[in-house]
Amino acid sequence: MTDRAAEEPIPGTVLFDGEQAMKGYALNKMCYSFNRRENREAFLADEEAYMDAYGLNDRQKEAVRRRVVLDLIAAGGNIYYLAKFAGMFGLSVQDVGAQQTGMTVEAFKEKLVRAGD
Amino acid sequence: MARIVGGLTTSHIPAIGGAIAGKMFEDPYWKPFFDAYPKAREWLDEVRPDVAVVIYNDHGLNFFLDKMPTFAMGAAAEYRNEDEGWGIPTIAPFKGDPRLSWHLIDRLVKDEFDLVTCQEMAVDHGFTVPMQLFWPNYAELDIRTVPLCVNTVQHPVPTPARCFKLGRALGRAIESYPEDLKVVVLGTGGLSHQLDGQRAGFINKEFDLMCMEKIVSDPEALTHYSIHDLVRLAGAQGTELIMWLAMRGALTGTVTKRHGNYHIPISNTGAGLLVLDNAA
Repeated sequence: MTDRAAEEPIPGTVLFDGEQAMKGYALNKMCYSFNRRENREAFLADEEAYMDAYGLNDRQKEAVRRRVVLDLIAAGGNIYYLAKFAGMFGLSVQDVGAQQTGMTVEAFKEKLVRAGD
Repeated sequence: MARIVGGLTTSHIPAIGGAIAGKMFEDPYWKPFFDAYPKAREWLDEVRPDVAVVIYNDHGLNFFLDKMPTFAMGAAAEYRNEDEGWGIPTIAPFKGDPRLSWHLIDRLVKDEFDLVTCQEMAVDHGFTVPMQLFWPNYAELDIRTVPLCVNTVQHPVPTPARCFKLGRALGRAIESYPEDLKVVVLGTGGLSHQLDGQRAGFINKEFDLMCMEKIVSDPEALTHYSIHDLVRLAGAQGTELIMWLAMRGALTGTVTKRHGNYHIPISNTGAGLLVLDNAA
C-alpha cells in the first residue's frame, strides 16, 4: 500500500500512482506506441493482434474494444497515454470528458464555459 | 554574469497548438486568449533574453513509465518536436545551449537536486506551445532554450515546496554562469483542470485567481499545499502549478507583475498568463 491509500479519496478521481502504474503497464505501453503513425496504422489494421503483442489482459482488451474511458482508467490506464488512443478516433478531451461524465458534448462544453461565470 | 530578466507563465494546452496551426487568432472562442499575448511579446522585445529556461511537464512523448524521472534537464544543441499521436502538427526544432545546460546541471546537483540529464530530448506541447506563444517566429531567432522537465504523469509528483526550492537553486545556478547572458524562466502548464474520471471538467476559478495573485506577491504561501490538496482544489492536472512555483523560485530580485490574463475555458482548462519583471 502507498501513502496515498491513507489520504482522503477525491470523488471521481483515480490518482495514477505506483499501484495503477503496475496494473496498467501493458495498456499504457500500447497507448504510448501510438505516438508513431506506423503503430497507429498497425493497431487499426488488426486491433486484436496488436493488443496481444503488448500483452493486455482481458479487462484491458474489453475496455479497448468498447472504447470506454472510465473502464480504461479502472484497468490502469493513464489519461496522458489514453489521450493518444482517443486521438486515433478523432476524440478531443471534451469528447472524452463528456463520455466520462455521461453528458452530451454540448452540455460538457457548456459546463466548462459556465466555470468562468 | 548571467542575469534573470524575468519570468513568464502560461498554460500549454495542446489545442492551442492546433489553433496556432489553423491561425484561429480572430476566432471568437480563441480571441480572448490570444489577445493577451502581444503584450507579453512587447515585454520580450524590451528585455531581449538570449536564453529561455523552460520548466514544463512531458505528457508521454519523451518519457514513458519504464523510466520516469522526477526532474530531468536537457543538455542538447537542439530539441526536436515529434508526433504526439493525436494530430497537432509537428513544428521546427528549438535551439539548445549545452554549455549553459551543463553548468546548471553541475550547480543543481551540487545543490542536492539530482537531475536526470538528457542529451537527446523530444519536446511536446508542454514546451512547444509556450515557445510558440511567446516567440511565434522562434525558428528564425537566436533564442536558445534549456528544457527542465518535471514529472506530473505519475504520483508521487514532487511537492510545491520542493519545486519552489528547485527554482531557488535554479536561480542561483543561472546567476553564477560567467557569460553575460539574459535569461528568462518559463513556468508552463495549469491552471485548474481535470481530464480524467467522473470529475472531468472540474475548474476552480477562485483558486486559480488566488494562485495568480499569490505567485507574484507571496509564493511561499502556495508551498504549503500538498499535491493531494492541489488535485482536490485544482483538479488532477491542476498539479501543473508546481512548474509555476519552480519558475517563481528562480526570481530572487524585486518582482513586478507587468501583465496578466486569465480566461475560461480553453479546452478543459482555466488558462493563465503572467509576465514578471525581475529587477536586481
